[in-house]
Amino acid sequence: MQDTRRRRRQYLGAGTLDDVAVVGSSYGILTLLAILCLIPFVLVVASSFTDELSLIRDGYRLIPAKLSAYAYEVIIEAGIVTRAYGVTIFITAVGTALSMAVTCGIAYAISINGLRYRNQLSFFVYFTMLFHGGLVPTYLLIAKYLHMKNTLWVMILPVLVNPWNMFLLRNFFKTVPAELPESAKMDGATDMHILFRIVVPVSLPAMATIGLFYALGFWNEWFRAMLFIDRERLYPLQYLIMRIIRNIQFVDQVATEAGIDTSTFMPDYSARMATAVLTIGPIVLIYPFVQRYFVKGLLVGSIKG
Amino acid sequence: VPSQSATSRTARHAAARRQGLFRELSANRSLYLLTIPAIAFFVLFEYVPMAGIVIAFQDFSIIKGPFRSAFNNFKNFSVLFEAPAFQRVVFNTLFLNTLFLAFGMFFSILIAVLLNEVGSRSYKKVAQSVLILPHFLSWTIVAMFAVPMLSSEGLINVTLLRLGLRPVSFYRTPEVWPIVLVVMNVWKGAGFGSIIYLATIAGISGEVFEAALIDGANRWQRMVRITLPMLKSTAVLLLLLNVGTVFYGNFGLIYPMVGNNSFLFKTTDIIDTYVYRALVELGDLGMSAAVGLSQSAIGFALVLGTNALARKLTPESAIF
Repeated sequence: MQDTRRRRRQYLGAGTLDDVAVVGSSYGILTLLAILCLIPFVLVVASSFTDELSLIRDGYRLIPAKLSAYAYEVIIEAGIVTRAYGVTIFITAVGTALSMAVTCGIAYAISINGLRYRNQLSFFVYFTMLFHGGLVPTYLLIAKYLHMKNTLWVMILPVLVNPWNMFLLRNFFKTVPAELPESAKMDGATDMHILFRIVVPVSLPAMATIGLFYALGFWNEWFRAMLFIDRERLYPLQYLIMRIIRNIQFVDQVATEAGIDTSTFMPDYSARMATAVLTIGPIVLIYPFVQRYFVKGLLVGSIKG
Repeated sequence: VPSQSATSRTARHAAARRQGLFRELSANRSLYLLTIPAIAFFVLFEYVPMAGIVIAFQDFSIIKGPFRSAFNNFKNFSVLFEAPAFQRVVFNTLFLNTLFLAFGMFFSILIAVLLNEVGSRSYKKVAQSVLILPHFLSWTIVAMFAVPMLSSEGLINVTLLRLGLRPVSFYRTPEVWPIVLVVMNVWKGAGFGSIIYLATIAGISGEVFEAALIDGANRWQRMVRITLPMLKSTAVLLLLLNVGTVFYGNFGLIYPMVGNNSFLFKTTDIIDTYVYRALVELGDLGMSAAVGLSQSAIGFALVLGTNALARKLTPESAIF
């Protein structure tokens, strides 16, 4: 009798003492992890708004001792970040548009069962996921034979199609009910017409997901900039950040090595932090609205086949 | 003569196939046209560099190029294997990758399981959003975020000083770096990694939990006896997907953090950073290409091997 009542209580979610402990510690551990996750963000934002002298005196703190937005004024005035923004926005916008066009083309073609060589084409793409030429041949090809050094295209064209994204999109296209294109075909529509008027409009959420994957990749690009760009005005944001870190570490090293009081060496802490904040700003602002697309894309991608 | 007729039959077959090829290409020409830009991309930026692996067998000179450089058989490989740093970078690569994989998996599963126990939907949503956020930052930003934490006047050292403990000079102490790198890797990736496990948990039939409930299993027992075992095949699949990449170091994480700070090489120098420096500083193209080829070949063999093994042991987690 008592036993049944306990079971019913569990069923209604009231739970036993054990259960309360499990749920309570779940909340506790998750909250702790979330706070640990946020600390670096808070620290960087706080430091960027801290007065330079108080930053040098007290070190980096989660709560600024003395507020100041001077760092932002200086950086915006200097214009380096603004120019890097221009580069990043260009490669993100143009890169995403081109990537989507090229990826959609092949993904649509091989999603159609009537296409005889679709399996060969799939394998042609799939093989590039298994085997790579490596850094050296790619570097020589781009720098020596294609002469793409110090161009914006070097950050777009060598990564134009991601095989993983291509297969994701193909899988999305495959879920479009076959009756739609078939009936259009009977009405005399061409393949192009079907792609742009029927398949693309019904696959818009999927396209948004893949487009965001590409956009994030281009926005976060720094590796190719490091290899192929040495003109400062062509630096994208993320590579600019890397240059800034290099300087800090270098000064840190030199200063410690020489036994010099490091604080006299680095007058621009807060400006560095402000640059970081400006770089991640758009991501953090857009993030709440696009998060679900990433989650969805990841889940679709994880389904085999 | 039978052999003659056989030859002519093969020839006829080939002709028919060729005709079939042309017919197929013209019947679906707009579809094949759509694939051309992507094919051009893959040929140029993926397959041409694959042909470039001949550099690994050459005494490569940038002036002569891959067509006229002399072949030196396996000299690049022997130079590589005999390099004093070689053992160290291979060890570091495997060691760090194992740590990343183990801790990444542990925290991803932990987050997924805990999120599943939490009742409040809005709390769950906020916590998940916060934990996934770092995934969207680039590695260079992650390295930048590490500076105010790790530098001599960083948060960790300021806190240590305030607690009366000895500060750590992170950028000059190689011993702590495996921990630093693991923490950063978990910080960036564990939340995002938990999504797949959460989806697996959501896919577990409610009946299983109900049956356990009727048998009087409490939350802890359900977690340990049902949820965790159900996550096993997902974990194994992800493990298999990662086996092919064990010899590829996490260049994105390590290079922005460490760069050319040779104080830290003892524990942080991996195959990829070593090759990058060989390429950029020494210009040793032949050796760098030999490393790239070895990584690709080993990775390729490992993927095929693990997949064959998986198909034998647990067919449901085979990749192809």
